[in-house]
Amino acid sequence: MAGVIARRHRKQRIFRWAVLVVLGIFFLLPLAAMVEFSTRNAETWPLLVNWPKLSDTYPDLAEGIVSSLEQAALTAVLMLVLLVPTAIWVRLRLPKLRRLVEFLCLLPLTIPAIVLVVGLAPVYAWVTYFLGGSSLTLVFAYTILVLPYAYRAIDAGLSGIDVKTLAEAARSLGASWTTVILRVVLPNIRSAVLSAAFLTVALVLGEFTIASLLNRTNLQVSIELLGKSSATMSVAVSLAALLLAFVLLLLLSLAGDRRRSTKENS
Amino acid sequence: MADQAVAAPRRKPRGTALLGTVPFFAYVVIFLIIPTLVVVIGAFAGDDGGVSFANVKALTNGYILDAFGRSITLSAVSAVIGAILGALLAYALVTSKAGGTLRRVVTSAAGVLAQFGGVTLAFAFLATIGLSGFVTVWLQDHLSIDLYANGVWLFELPGLILVYTYFQIPLMLIVFLPALDGIRPQWREAAESLGGTTWQYWTRVAGPLLAPAFLGSTLLLFANAFSAYATAAALVSQGSPIIPLQIRGALTSEVVLGQQNLGKAMALGMVIVVAVVMALYALLERRTAKWLG
Repeated sequence: MAGVIARRHRKQRIFRWAVLVVLGIFFLLPLAAMVEFSTRNAETWPLLVNWPKLSDTYPDLAEGIVSSLEQAALTAVLMLVLLVPTAIWVRLRLPKLRRLVEFLCLLPLTIPAIVLVVGLAPVYAWVTYFLGGSSLTLVFAYTILVLPYAYRAIDAGLSGIDVKTLAEAARSLGASWTTVILRVVLPNIRSAVLSAAFLTVALVLGEFTIASLLNRTNLQVSIELLGKSSATMSVAVSLAALLLAFVLLLLLSLAGDRRRSTKENS
Repeated sequence: MADQAVAAPRRKPRGTALLGTVPFFAYVVIFLIIPTLVVVIGAFAGDDGGVSFANVKALTNGYILDAFGRSITLSAVSAVIGAILGALLAYALVTSKAGGTLRRVVTSAAGVLAQFGGVTLAFAFLATIGLSGFVTVWLQDHLSIDLYANGVWLFELPGLILVYTYFQIPLMLIVFLPALDGIRPQWREAAESLGGTTWQYWTRVAGPLLAPAFLGSTLLLFANAFSAYATAAALVSQGSPIIPLQIRGALTSEVVLGQQNLGKAMALGMVIVVAVVMALYALLERRTAKWLG
């Protein structure tokens, strides 16, 4: 029996490395090509880290980067303000509405962004009328886009704690509902809120469809625009954006691990 | 009076409780429900505002049917290739040490590549196998192979399939890994102690258990590719081979008289395809949860 298992382990190891090497080449080749392509012009990378010069040379790109960062931050805030109190409130007071809220939050998964943008065009005509055509108004649409991912993260966090008992304990000690939500429940789902915010930021930084078709700007739109005039620079920015997203998600997985290990220890 | 006094306090908290969800529902109605209704109603509205089936009928036009066909081919082929390769990769990771560095780095990278594709992915492939890309030039210089001897296929369906596979494999890894993790080593040991071979284990035990999860993940991949827009938009600047690009055309170009709402009809067609696929996915998901929950 031990011989069989050892043989299987050897076979699995050979299989594992064969798969990893073949797919590794497939996945790393485009990244390596991006490095090679973006270093053909020696000035590209130094320019990319020199913000004043960059915004001078490529004002559109600089505007796109700033817009995307602002959109990411604002979307995360709006998503949290909208979703966290509602999710807690529905769990505590309106359990019958939970299915409806869940359905609405997961609905954007079945509506492709390209379809949403068709329907959003008339809504955004009103948004532009009231708030102007700033790229920051995209935050409204992005909050809808991130709903499914954010809801899942927050709902998983709420499932992990006993919201009802916590709330009843706080209420019986005279806490108001605002105190219950902000100072009792929220600190307990901190890591779920954090991962929802991380996912939001990653998704918003990668968004292109809605921004492009509603004639607004963000990082991806400016990269696409740049591709038409300076291919090297656009590839360099693409690579930088990919690496940034990778670091964000790696941090997210590390935070998730810490959450799990603290739960196991306690 | 007494009745009211009893009833009032009971009704009041419920009313205020509902009040707490108003911001959320109002927001979702304005930015999700209304846009959806705009698409659905618009698909059946004529240019004069009346009810009309002209837009939906126009969907049977040759070029739109072709675009739908190409979209479905692209999604199906990239989903099947992505599902098979992604499942192999997932199995390779499952046999490695749990919680190891390899697994963490690969799943994080998969998370990025699956969700963060878009425009950056198009540029990655332009840098690789574009006309002056790294691989194209290298093959030309060292092996004198011309990648595009038979025409530039990168901007057509074969190119799109290749590029889409690049984000389908990571997505498959993410959605299929939990199912593979649910397979317990004890089942294999049980099969072996009863004299089963590896082949029998895979065809009689693990295969049937994983089949719903595998099919469900493949459907999810299909819906993912079908809805994708950014990569194709950045890659294909001439012509509109697939439906999302046709919708772009309808949104940005001059409107043909009598077809103002054609874009909405195409969008509705997309929603229907995705909804059917996602419903099947939910069905298979429930079956998977029964075994591997």
